[in-house]
Amino acid sequence: MNPHNKSVEELKQIASQVRRDIVRMVHAVNSGHPGGSLGCTDYLVALYFRVMNHNPAFNMNGNGEDLFFLSNGHISPVWYSVLARSGYFEVNELATFRKLNSRLQGHPATEEGLPGVRVASGSLGQGLSVAVGAAQAKKLNQDNNLVYVLMGDGELEEGQVWEAAMYAAHHKVDNIIATIDLNGQQIDGSTEEVMSLGNLRAKFEAFGWTVLEGNGNELEQLLPVLENAKNETGKGKPVIILMHTEMGYGVDFMMGSHKWHGVAPNDEQLEKALQQLQVQEASDY
Amino acid sequence: MKEFPYSEKKDTRSGFGAGLLELGRTNPNVVGLCADLTGSLKMDAFQKEFPERFFQVGIAEANMIGLAAGMTIGGKIPYTGTFANFSTGRVYDQIRQSVAYSGKNVKICASHAGVTLGEDGATHQILEDIGMMKMLPHMTVINPCDFNQTKAATIAIAEHDGPVYLRFGRPVVPNFTPADQKFEIGKAVMLNEGTDVTIVATGHLVWKAILAGHILAEKGINAEIINIHTIKPLDEEAILKSVAKTGCVVTAEEHNRIGGLGDSVAQTLAKNNPTPQEYVATNDTFGESGTPDQLMEKYGLTENDIVAAVERVIARKK
Repeated sequence: MNPHNKSVEELKQIASQVRRDIVRMVHAVNSGHPGGSLGCTDYLVALYFRVMNHNPAFNMNGNGEDLFFLSNGHISPVWYSVLARSGYFEVNELATFRKLNSRLQGHPATEEGLPGVRVASGSLGQGLSVAVGAAQAKKLNQDNNLVYVLMGDGELEEGQVWEAAMYAAHHKVDNIIATIDLNGQQIDGSTEEVMSLGNLRAKFEAFGWTVLEGNGNELEQLLPVLENAKNETGKGKPVIILMHTEMGYGVDFMMGSHKWHGVAPNDEQLEKALQQLQVQEASDY
Repeated sequence: MKEFPYSEKKDTRSGFGAGLLELGRTNPNVVGLCADLTGSLKMDAFQKEFPERFFQVGIAEANMIGLAAGMTIGGKIPYTGTFANFSTGRVYDQIRQSVAYSGKNVKICASHAGVTLGEDGATHQILEDIGMMKMLPHMTVINPCDFNQTKAATIAIAEHDGPVYLRFGRPVVPNFTPADQKFEIGKAVMLNEGTDVTIVATGHLVWKAILAGHILAEKGINAEIINIHTIKPLDEEAILKSVAKTGCVVTAEEHNRIGGLGDSVAQTLAKNNPTPQEYVATNDTFGESGTPDQLMEKYGLTENDIVAAVERVIARKK
């Protein structure tokens, strides 16, 4: 059971608030990764406010609840905002993002004890392995809850991802729902230019996964895909969602380019972004 | 010089296998993962008795480390098994981020460490692993000396909540430590009390140090011999107490002189009590093919090398 269980309209309001948090967080320290964060906002808001069975009174072992792992750790701003706003820690702590002595490190970490984070990420390609291991531990513990993991598309260039993909199918790890943030962008350009990913559906199907596909920025389309994914678990195969998103979604001048992967807005750009991210009752930290 | 009788020679990796099997019977949270070297790591007995708690990973060490980190999150205590080279150098960043920095309770169990792996040659003989692992914050580094001690260490580390690097090897060596020993992480074992020199040895070099002790005794040199099975955290107190008495030290390890036990001891001495020290270790080199005995001789890791180092260091005493 999700502790919030919000309606689609409520999820949209929350997503808009989370996007405000993202641009304000990266602006405040003039660093961080707004593009991917904005693109994955709807997915994370859907998980934490509607889809996942989770407990904001954080317990590292996570027994008896769904788990989420962020493999592409550079989109920490969106995760931190969603964790704070779903009750893992005070929203005001978002103001410490990337600052000295903060629990909100540039990339997610457990070292400082931030509730909601179960493993460090940032060096890419490791999250799927960790999530598969956590899923197998759930099976050993006879815990029927699910494990979610989000990866970037550029991240699929890391070989370890495919080691984990092969393993999960071989060992029939069918209590995991992986999601690829297919925004088609990475630091040096589009994924087509840098390292074409080819036919990902065919690749994952060939590896023995159940593959779902959908839009990650329209909640009306995303929620049924997430529901379908749940229905596909427990059938002997791992499940993956190829989630099409737009990097920078919600802020027009950040969309459609890899240039906002790891660049913060200046004062003027922040104002412009916030004007586009309207919330009925804004509650900025 | 004390005698250290033993009834048989056994490999330390079999000590690991025996310890893991015993743990499987007493601790239901212990799980095993192996990257296609189950027989070499002696994990087959555990696999056979606890198939539901054993995970064949295939030749995919990076994935194995990540899986193990994930399994701790459900409260499991994963023991990963592969050769020392593939346990460390190949997966350093996976260990660094997903295990050490994340504070995960993973036991990285590494066989075939050092040149005694033998004929396979330098691609498989890692001599840098202690250094790599001890540099990682949160990591405990253990290199036991014989079958019984490796078995005891394997069992003991399950009770330690945190990442551990457990290093052992391929060849048979005298199994002389007590079968019923209590293994205390970070606690040096005094093997022989002496007054003229301190020999601090780890892993396979512990037996070589004992052999050296007998040769030295015949020459009238009374060596204090300490078995340092835990390189990190180092038992600084035991080392400092000993060198305060002997005034010089020889460190002995099947590892590069850069970054190994010797450097840890040197740092302790430099900080607390600067003391003449000689290293018995490989000299910033890769290994090569050969029999274990041939390689130990060529790379300067025999009892005679320890004796020579002792004579050098005693001459340097003030």
